[in-house]
Amino acid sequence: MLQITNLHASVADKPILKGLNLTINAGEVHAIMGPNGAGKSTTGYVLGGRPGYEVTEGSATFNGQDLFALDPHERAASGLFLGFQYPVEIPGVSNLQFLREALNSQRKFHDLPPLSGGEFLKLAKEKAGLLKMDMDMLKRPVNVGFSGGEKKRAEMVQMGILDPKLAILDETDSGLDIDALRICGEGINAIMRKPDKAVLLITHYQRLLDYVKPDFVHVLAGGRIVKSGGPELALALEEGGYEGVAA
Amino acid sequence: MITLPTRKAEEWRYADLGALETLWPLPDAESVTVAAGGEFARAIVNKGGVVRLSLTLEAGAKAAVHVLNTADTYARIEIEATLHEGADFHLGGVQLSSGDQTAEIVTTVRHIEPNATSHQMIRSVAGGTSTASVLGKVYVAKGADGTDGSQSVRAMLLDRTAQANARPELEIYADDVKCAHGCAIGELDANGLFYLAARGIEPARAKALMLQAFIAEAFDGAAEKDNLTAAAQAALEALL
Repeated sequence: MLQITNLHASVADKPILKGLNLTINAGEVHAIMGPNGAGKSTTGYVLGGRPGYEVTEGSATFNGQDLFALDPHERAASGLFLGFQYPVEIPGVSNLQFLREALNSQRKFHDLPPLSGGEFLKLAKEKAGLLKMDMDMLKRPVNVGFSGGEKKRAEMVQMGILDPKLAILDETDSGLDIDALRICGEGINAIMRKPDKAVLLITHYQRLLDYVKPDFVHVLAGGRIVKSGGPELALALEEGGYEGVAA
Repeated sequence: MITLPTRKAEEWRYADLGALETLWPLPDAESVTVAAGGEFARAIVNKGGVVRLSLTLEAGAKAAVHVLNTADTYARIEIEATLHEGADFHLGGVQLSSGDQTAEIVTTVRHIEPNATSHQMIRSVAGGTSTASVLGKVYVAKGADGTDGSQSVRAMLLDRTAQANARPELEIYADDVKCAHGCAIGELDANGLFYLAARGIEPARAKALMLQAFIAEAFDGAAEKDNLTAAAQAALEALL
């Protein structure tokens, strides 16, 4: 589904990624772990197409397409979902309006007719229920006044509604209490644990991986993957720290 | 003979004098007196040229004026309001400009007796090399105690070459007066635009969504809110 080859990327002319290789197949859950400054968030932003994150070398193919030839909104419409570590507040635009726009933009991209208001609301209710989020929250402006945990849950509701092929989730577990962590973990499983979908979790900690069991764990350090393994690698990292494992 | 104004006159400083020449001489302002205790509401959609409205609110009268100012080349809305005791004046305005257009809203509110209130909220969106200006003068006469006036002016620049001016002017001769004014000029939040794009929304649509949110509050309370909002949306989409 996603094949990253020798990816180099810079932010403000400073090289961050230095030869990242990663292949993710449908049906798989991968986790990227690593110390602060290793390039974890940069990986997500580069794949999502954030302005200012410049690819200097290498390639990424997403379902057979050159990912870097697509604009950010085209990447999203092609099935890539980037979960934000810090979801952005959009004052004055309600979650429901935002999500209906987003879903219908993606449908338009695929020459599908827009969902009617009624159809959309039914879908939104179902996905909000999955994340135990009150519909009243979705009537409020996007992320404005939401707690850290509510923002992350709102992101999972977005993911449920948009139904992507690949979710890249950047520290979805940060800012979550134990209950919210479980709800988000279960949400990710319910939405994304399917044979035709894949997940890339970017995280510091093992704890999210207790709920969303990865098939592969990678250690990112110095802008490249220095070690890969199964779920046991995450446990070893938790025990020995990055220095012990990645050395 | 009345001669054309020059830029030396404060109230014409940012005007498009070339365009003004073709409109000269300007018609007199439409004059409206709202009787004591009466109510008045007006929505103005200006698509170019100069619109002038002069209101006198007698004691306890209320007026709500909502305007959408868009220019083909030059658009100017002038509003004067004279407030007697306990009168209430509300102005909500949106102006949109692009290309090399000039749009401006010029207001003069006179609190000539005690306890009148005036609230003005204007949102401008300027792209290209256009200029969007708001000149707001509030005059409080001696003895007009208990006056409560506010002006909130915000502008969003779509391009670095666009210009927005916001100039509040207070002339106060009374002691017990509340006159607030605030202005801010900014650009669309790049993080917000990327967030919308990351969910599949096209760039032009993402901008339109954020700008709609930006201007929405100016039409709050308008009897014709839906019409004004729809007209503003159409103008916004043409501008992007």
